Amino acid sequence: MHTRGINPRGGQKVWVWILLAPTLVGLVVGAVGSIAATFGISFFSWDLLTPPEWVGIENYTDLPGNRKFRKALFNTTMFSIMYVPATIVISLVVAVMLNRHIVGKSFFRMIFFLPVITSPTAVGLVWSWIYAKDKGALNAVLDVIGMEPVSWLGSKMVLYSVVIVNVWGAIGEGMIIFLAGSQAIPRDVYEAATIDGATPFQQFWTLTIPLLLPSLFFQTVLSTINAFQAFDYVYILTATSSGGSSMPTLVFQIYRDGFNFFRMGSASAQSVVLALVVLSLTLVYSRLQKRWGGE
Amino acid sequence: MAQPMSKQIGTHLAQNYGFYLALILGGILMMAPFAWMISTALKPAADQFTRDLIPKTVTLENFPDAWEKMKFSSLMWNSMRIAALSTIGQVVTCSMGAFVFAVVKFRGRDFLFLLLLATLMVPYQMTIIPQFLIFKTLGLYGTDLPLYLPQFLGGAFGIFLLRQYFRTIPLDLLEAAQLDGASLFQIYWGIYLPLAKPALGALALFAFMSSWNDLFSALIYLPSDLEKTTLPVGLSLFQRLYRAQWALMMAAVIISVAPIMVAFFFAQKQFIQGIAASGVK
Repeated sequence: MHTRGINPRGGQKVWVWILLAPTLVGLVVGAVGSIAATFGISFFSWDLLTPPEWVGIENYTDLPGNRKFRKALFNTTMFSIMYVPATIVISLVVAVMLNRHIVGKSFFRMIFFLPVITSPTAVGLVWSWIYAKDKGALNAVLDVIGMEPVSWLGSKMVLYSVVIVNVWGAIGEGMIIFLAGSQAIPRDVYEAATIDGATPFQQFWTLTIPLLLPSLFFQTVLSTINAFQAFDYVYILTATSSGGSSMPTLVFQIYRDGFNFFRMGSASAQSVVLALVVLSLTLVYSRLQKRWGGE
Repeated sequence: MAQPMSKQIGTHLAQNYGFYLALILGGILMMAPFAWMISTALKPAADQFTRDLIPKTVTLENFPDAWEKMKFSSLMWNSMRIAALSTIGQVVTCSMGAFVFAVVKFRGRDFLFLLLLATLMVPYQMTIIPQFLIFKTLGLYGTDLPLYLPQFLGGAFGIFLLRQYFRTIPLDLLEAAQLDGASLFQIYWGIYLPLAKPALGALALFAFMSSWNDLFSALIYLPSDLEKTTLPVGLSLFQRLYRAQWALMMAAVIISVAPIMVAFFFAQKQFIQGIAASGVK
């Protein structure tokens, strides 16, 4: 870490505390305290109407038998398995293409980035119109090429349809991270490789990928966290008339249990499980990074 | 080889046509939903199921219609107010925290900073239930305070972004000001903030956008009522109320994404800077 800085003396120390106060409150109450409280609440049965009741680890042991939780865990896992690699690969390809000296570079960057800034709820509505079984744009295209309409948001296809929208919405973010990572690679590395007769394809595998490894790992961690938190598009695209979802994810399930049914203990236990899954995946990634990236 | 510029671009395009074809195809796929959104919004309700990308009859009637039915004036005002307050909260408190982390030496600084960064890795569901209980106990459930108050408590992303920027400012400036008897607050306010305007702008845009697009918080804290909630929840209510009235709905979508899109066109660099900063660690 860095060592630069000044030593505040006397009255100046008060300013340090004042300037740091909001951050400290946020860190102590908002982060550390809340995380500890979530752990604590997960050992109680609490509906907010009657006093909380200690149930030990029952909220956890109940989860494997909870059909809704199992379904949500399954959906989230399948979603992540498709979403993370697809997002990483597509955004990497786009970034490599846009890192060259090409015509219309900033225009293309803008186009790929636009879905990142627009509200998922709003754009999700556009997608629900595109996916509409009756007269939706996608089925209109199928009709033109002589195929039967598909129920894109029906039980068979909904997982894939939701993955596509989420990937579409995240390509721009990955692209920017990879472009920023590429800026750190000196140009002459590529020039030297070209002189040595390396094809662009060889350059990609032997130069770009190894040099982008830190960005790749960072983006993989970020995408995994995002995948396990998938909510907005799920909420808009898969909402059922009863307020549930035809493809509930873990966060959707936590939302339903916690904030619709006020099962605070169970929702907390599910949050803890979610956090542990994300944490262990992050640890696995950093292990892999050390093995492949550490020289 | 002095060729005219246009000719050079011509040969470049001819030699790389496969590359550009792939890029343009990708761009079209990215833009298709937006094109379809605009196309549908410009069609009269009776034509909404026609397949033309360019509407046969172009109308703007869906916009005032959606505005009225969706009570956009309350939704807009609620979203604007909450996003503006969140932005102020983030810019003020993150810059304060980042300034201390960037220039002041104190015991435990590195530990605190690492702890702060570690919170980026924690899913927000781990903190949302206790926060909900705190706000409910304080009787603030149903008000919009829970949506912006947490933004006044700093945050790992904003502090990291600004600290990086503050550290590029030479310490000599600070030392000279100290010799002149300036207090830490005067240095923060008079030297660091004015010099960090681009980074503050990037954070402000980012904070505004996050709040504007935030569905989850509005869903759990605000009543599901077009007059009391924000745009994302409003749109989801609209979806239930006006099922299959796509022309109307697409107009509503355009109205609700317009402010962020306009901001993006004028400040593309800052938006991208904000995202990129999170990746450069």
